[in-house]
Amino acid sequence: MTGGERSSERTAFRLLLPPWVILGAFFLLPLGVLFLMSFGRRGTYGGLKPIEDLGTYIASGKFLAQYARSLHPIYLQIFWRSLWMAVVTTAVCLLVSYPVAYYIAVVAPARRRNLLVGLVVVPFWTSFLIRTYAWMFILRTEGLANRLLMASGLTSRPVELLYNDFSVLIGLVYGELPFMILPLYASLEKLDLSLLEASADLGAPRRSTFWRVTVPMTMPGVVAGIILVFVPSLGQFIVSDLLGGAKTILAGNLIQNQLAVARNTPFGSAVAFELTAAVLALLFAYTVYTKRTGQDVLL
Amino acid sequence: MRRRATLLGVHAALVYLFLYAPIAILVLFSFNRTNQTAVWQGFTLEWYRSLLHNALILSAVRNSLLVGAVATAIATVVGTLAALALGRHEFRGKGATRALLYLPIIIPEIVVGAALVTFFGVVGLRLSLATVVIAHVVFSISYVAIVVRARLSGFDRSLEEAALDLGARPLQTFWRVTLPLILPGVVSGALLVVTISIDDYVITSFVAGVGATTLPLQIYSMLKVGVTPEVNAVSTLLLAGTIVLILVAQRLQQPPPERAEG
Repeated sequence: MTGGERSSERTAFRLLLPPWVILGAFFLLPLGVLFLMSFGRRGTYGGLKPIEDLGTYIASGKFLAQYARSLHPIYLQIFWRSLWMAVVTTAVCLLVSYPVAYYIAVVAPARRRNLLVGLVVVPFWTSFLIRTYAWMFILRTEGLANRLLMASGLTSRPVELLYNDFSVLIGLVYGELPFMILPLYASLEKLDLSLLEASADLGAPRRSTFWRVTVPMTMPGVVAGIILVFVPSLGQFIVSDLLGGAKTILAGNLIQNQLAVARNTPFGSAVAFELTAAVLALLFAYTVYTKRTGQDVLL
Repeated sequence: MRRRATLLGVHAALVYLFLYAPIAILVLFSFNRTNQTAVWQGFTLEWYRSLLHNALILSAVRNSLLVGAVATAIATVVGTLAALALGRHEFRGKGATRALLYLPIIIPEIVVGAALVTFFGVVGLRLSLATVVIAHVVFSISYVAIVVRARLSGFDRSLEEAALDLGARPLQTFWRVTLPLILPGVVSGALLVVTISIDDYVITSFVAGVGATTLPLQIYSMLKVGVTPEVNAVSTLLLAGTIVLILVAQRLQQPPPERAEG
């Protein structure tokens, strides 16, 4: 290492001291504490049950009690629903977004492109809570959707449109849609249109050009979009809490409930880490994918 | 060919309608004279007026602005430092540092909130506005670092080298050359942080103590009780505020238009 490199490294360490300290103390350390909590057991009045002898505690396997509990059918059903909801949300977002992104990047006149992208970016950054509330407002019994249904004569009295899987799915798709359109647009924008022309010139029907040229070329955007939608859907809390009923509890609601209502930090922590592990596994798969393709729309 | 383009256009128009109609409806009904049903009864500003007399909302707005300002100030400085280190220097542990900066965005909010509230409990820190600020700083640093880092990679290092060659000290070079060049990135990062801080519900709901209710928490508790035009009015104001911030941030992030030679 040369002297210049060493002094550059010293400067870097000095610059990084504040971010390291803050993220270390208030992010990594709390995650560590939460992780340790997941191996404990709830005390009679909340908090942790004291452990008398660590050796016997570990040997008895009690430290895994929370993880074992999370395998109970009641909770497995919640995880299964979270997974299923996230899969459906991602699939719907992908199907709806690809043509939109294609339209913005390829079909729309170039001068309108910035405006069209900007119109997707705005909801991307505006309050998820308020955008979810908008659907609560529309779907509630006295809401606009019910008025339209009654006016059209489809029903004579208000229908319960909220508090079911369907309303949660609408909320999820609505909330996550911009997160799918943007990465798809990013990769479609880079698509070399002359390749499509070449494919057509060589006699490929339009359909096979799309499936054999366009889609493979934009796969990095598709994968990035899937990650950006699937991961937050999996840990969703607001949508299922506001638009879902007692029967549509997702993993996020379970964690919140255990920590804030049931005061069972150990169990809540165990579920939180199962969720985190799932998310990190997905992201690990994603980095393996980007390393292989060398194209990363996300990071 | 034409028909395909038209179909794609129609589909896109419908999706934009889907994105904006619910927000438009929510805003529209914040001006509705009745508080009963979704029937339009005429224009009124009554609900906005009643917001001004709602002590809970006013104090929530105050809390949100205070948290937003303090968290943004801290996160912007700290995030920019991280971006400078990553964009300007080679050092051991660079990959790990980058990963550490992405983690707060990647890990589900609900987990971050759970971890922070548990940690504050263990170390005996009482939940208050201060704990909200800490939480907001933690998830904001990453956004600033990413935005500023992007700006750094787009600029000409030779300007800094020229300043150093001409005898400017490193710190002088930073203040007079580097900072002015990355300032648009820093400001747009800061604006994004204000937006995220003012909008955050999930993490805040875990770490806000008594009397530390922020605007999203207040809105949430209002709409858990029942939908009122007042909720629409306060939501509209929050939307308007964040949209303005986003548009300014967007404008700043765009590279300056290339100047014609001559």
